[in-house]
Amino acid sequence: MKIVELNQLHYRWKNADRDILNIPEFHVTQGEHVFLRGESGSGKTTLLNLLAGILAPSSGAIRLLEQDLHSTSAMQRDRFRADHIGVIFQQFNLLPYLSVLENVTLPCQFSARRKEKAQDMQASAKQLLDHLQLDEAMQKRVVTELSVGQQQRVAVARALIGQPELIIADEPTSALDTSTRDRFIELLFTQAEAQGSTIIFVSHDPYIASLFPRVIELSEINQTS
Amino acid sequence: MILLKITWRSLWNRRISVLLTLLSIAISVSLLLGVEYISKQAKSSFLNTISGTDLVVGARSGPTQLLLYSVFRIGNATNNIEWKTYQELANHKRVKWTIPLSLGDSHKGYRVLGTNQDYFKHYKYANKQPLSFKAGEPFNDVYGAVLGAEVAAQLGYSIGTSITLAHGSGSTSFSEHKNKPFNVVGILKPTGTPIDRTVHVSLEGIEAIHIDWKAGSPVAGFEISAEKASKMLLEPETITAFLIGLKSRSATFRLQREINEFEPEPLLAVIPGVALAELWQSIGQFETVLRVITVFVLVAGLLGMLTTLLSTLNERRREMAILRAVGAYPWQVFVLFLLEALVIVLLGCLIACIIVFAGVQLAQPYVSAEYGLHLSTWIPSGYDALLLLSVTVLAVIFSTLPALIAYRRTLQDGLTVKV
Repeated sequence: MKIVELNQLHYRWKNADRDILNIPEFHVTQGEHVFLRGESGSGKTTLLNLLAGILAPSSGAIRLLEQDLHSTSAMQRDRFRADHIGVIFQQFNLLPYLSVLENVTLPCQFSARRKEKAQDMQASAKQLLDHLQLDEAMQKRVVTELSVGQQQRVAVARALIGQPELIIADEPTSALDTSTRDRFIELLFTQAEAQGSTIIFVSHDPYIASLFPRVIELSEINQTS
Repeated sequence: MILLKITWRSLWNRRISVLLTLLSIAISVSLLLGVEYISKQAKSSFLNTISGTDLVVGARSGPTQLLLYSVFRIGNATNNIEWKTYQELANHKRVKWTIPLSLGDSHKGYRVLGTNQDYFKHYKYANKQPLSFKAGEPFNDVYGAVLGAEVAAQLGYSIGTSITLAHGSGSTSFSEHKNKPFNVVGILKPTGTPIDRTVHVSLEGIEAIHIDWKAGSPVAGFEISAEKASKMLLEPETITAFLIGLKSRSATFRLQREINEFEPEPLLAVIPGVALAELWQSIGQFETVLRVITVFVLVAGLLGMLTTLLSTLNERRREMAILRAVGAYPWQVFVLFLLEALVIVLLGCLIACIIVFAGVQLAQPYVSAEYGLHLSTWIPSGYDALLLLSVTVLAVIFSTLPALIAYRRTLQDGLTVKV
């Protein structure tokens, strides 16, 4: 199954005189781990926002899970994101006033589908955290007491809970040192594979690119320049 | 539900600044409720100054003036009433009782009221409450004096203290009735009315101290001793005013008209309740002023809240992006800010209610003992509920500004926020 399908996608910021994105064709199939590389200002962020359904394309088609996303309303896209997409940011992924477990189960609060898939939210969150090598003691800590690497792993657990089909990671390792980074990628891969989630990983770190079976240069698929 | 939980936790996370905001709102709301309560209490205590009296009668002047000097001991009568007139009306077939009032002297700034025993029998205030004695009893001789609670407390007098009265109402009168001292025989309990600031003596006493006076000053070389004076015929020629209690209240208007049309002398009879209400209308303006001030205080409190909400917008940008990423709708971000303001203002109102209630309960025994005023327990009225509701609505309206900003930003920022 094609998880992501872009067709003649154009995006232009309001008041801009030219497109920032013009992608004639791009697709990702289920279970793929795709590394998307792009310089800053290349439209990387815009593309992520389009994939996550925050933005709607100026023209062209976005199909996620073989559903047309471009023709739906903003609210439906929000719902789609809540149900099918897990997002990991560069850093500061967690709400500081919620506990680790509450942060992980947050998507289930906004998506009935993910709540249902997770079955027992708490148990499911604990299991994910265990697999991400965050033990019981860590799980009980206040979020702000965790190291950046630990916080990022909590963010992975949050992205994965309720088995969303697509994980979007926006430079999640940029704040991590080399050894933490490698372990992070490894854990992310294992857990995503375990539940069959597709990963789109954005970064400009050439070392990480070497860990991915498929590497895409944004400039290669984007015809604007 | 999750929004409420997030709101609560987020507020708790910033509890110090939130607490300060909460306090400023609680204080301004309690001020609002407090002013409402106090003006209500002031009005009822004012209207309760005299009760059970059907008519107040004095020489013809204005109703307000009559009420001021006869009931509130403020100002002076322009004219007196003939004793003969008083006698005639006191024996009127519809009249049950009368209390003669004779004013004009003072003691250390407190007004002296000449009256008779009927005063202690018939005078009532608040809810038809009669006067009661803290010590002693009503006077029954010429030189006996009964003090109001405040007079006794302020001047440190007790039963048996000897006092001299001064002519006129100033606190430093030069013409004192030194040769005829009065003996304190009774002290009244606090009433919360002008009675507390009054020295009561008998009409005969007033007559006795003026027996060797003429035209407001002692007649030189013509002095009559206190003992001698007390044995003379001490029927007053005039009194200042008198109160009437009727056998049947339904006769009030008829008798009022009769007195106002009294032939031998120009008189004025007023119904105390009506005159009091009129007087309150003219002096009750301070309520409006107080209300306007408290509304400003409230707006200042709400602006404080708005400032707090606005100042958190930047640091919470990331928070909003996270919520959007996990699937929150933009309107949920909007609602989050409204909820925050709502929680703050509702807690503020709750605390304000507690402050006012506790304040009244704590002040009650003190005010009752010290001023004789009975403070009724604060129970929010329909009007108070309306006030609280408008405060809440106002707060929510105020908070739409940060909510709108957050809403617009969350649409622009999407999942990526530059930190």
